Amino acid sequence: MELTDLGFVTKARAGDSDAYRVLVERHSRALFRLAFRMTGNQQDAEDVVQESFLRAYRQLAKFDERASFGTWLYRIAVNCSLDLVRSRKRRNENLAPADPEMDDPVLSLPSLDPTPDRMAMSGEVRDRVAEAMNDLSASERTAFVLRHFEGMCIEDVSRVLGCQPGAAKHSVFRAVQKLRRALEPLVTAR
Amino acid sequence: MNHLTEEQLILHYYGEEGDASTPVEALLTEQHLEGCGECRALYGSLVRVLNVVDSLPVPDRSEDYGAQVWSRIERRLPARRRWFSLNSSPFRWAMTASALAGLVLAAFFAGRFYPMLRHGGRPSLTARNGDQGSERILLVAVGDYLERSQMVLVELANSSAKGPLDISSEQERAGDLVAETRLYRQTAAHTGDTNIDSVLEELERVLVDITHEPSKISPQGLESLRQRLETAGILFKIRVLGSNVRNQDVPAAQTAGQKL
Repeated sequence: MELTDLGFVTKARAGDSDAYRVLVERHSRALFRLAFRMTGNQQDAEDVVQESFLRAYRQLAKFDERASFGTWLYRIAVNCSLDLVRSRKRRNENLAPADPEMDDPVLSLPSLDPTPDRMAMSGEVRDRVAEAMNDLSASERTAFVLRHFEGMCIEDVSRVLGCQPGAAKHSVFRAVQKLRRALEPLVTAR
Repeated sequence: MNHLTEEQLILHYYGEEGDASTPVEALLTEQHLEGCGECRALYGSLVRVLNVVDSLPVPDRSEDYGAQVWSRIERRLPARRRWFSLNSSPFRWAMTASALAGLVLAAFFAGRFYPMLRHGGRPSLTARNGDQGSERILLVAVGDYLERSQMVLVELANSSAKGPLDISSEQERAGDLVAETRLYRQTAAHTGDTNIDSVLEELERVLVDITHEPSKISPQGLESLRQRLETAGILFKIRVLGSNVRNQDVPAAQTAGQKL
């Protein structure tokens, strides 16, 4: 029978690095998706994934066994992403620099048969969505990413954010309201 | 007719309105949307915007991505201290504290049960005095532990910073206290003291939360933590419990003094 995360955490705490390897292999892809949504950039997302696992390893002794390892790891990744995003903002860098893989407009729309119009539109849509996401505050962006993309319920979002459920709910509200105001003209034009 | 608010529509979109087990609110929203063109249009706009947001792609990562990440970080992982390593001072402190608490518990139970066994279940005067002595040691230890917990919480509650604040030392102390809390909770549960157990349970949760915060906490994070402490009223509960413990300690100490 395969061990649960907790079983591997216990072994990793006792110094078994193979157990930690299993946890890294289990959670890396999900963590990358989260980090990419948070930072909007592949290289940054890669850095966040690595830094999160390093931080988690250093803090493994502090992990409360009653909590979910995945949620705890998400919280660390969210903090790493926020640190990175804030340091970028301090340096006034753009949050969504050109990403070669993302320049492919076909990737930007779910349609399997993109027409030239749709392809031309897709680049603009992607830029506008990225811009609107970048205009969200750190807590709004985090709450929105966790609720909308990761499908977490408000209760879990509040656990990751370390706030009350009411505050998490309001962050989601504000994020959706801002996105709607920024992107509504775009969807109306389509 | 009252229109639905944007918040209600957002909750409806995410299926988070009301209680999931009794989806009355969801049904009412559905009914309202069927009959109200204005709200339907607003909801439609909301759904379209969120669909567009969904179109923002995420680059895929292969199945062996986890292995790639591991190969990148493996050499950067700090050497893991074995649980029995006594090299680090926080660990040594935690071990000392746990050992001390263990001794206190052992003394408490030995004092409570040993004389009863010797005297066929009837505690003698000496046994009662021994029992009080053990209890006193326990009370002193609990009082000291509560005081240290209170200090950590008070320090955090009174901190203020304009930028990120380093709380790693408080986190370390909170982490050490969690181990002790569990020992005292076991004792409280064993002696049937549900009041102490429930306060300690709450305290444990707060301490665990503190250890899970980022070591450099933002002013917002600090404020949120402070609000949680206030909402739970944990500082007040600890003070009351600490005061009760001290009051119980005094007669025990007086009895011990009279005996001398």
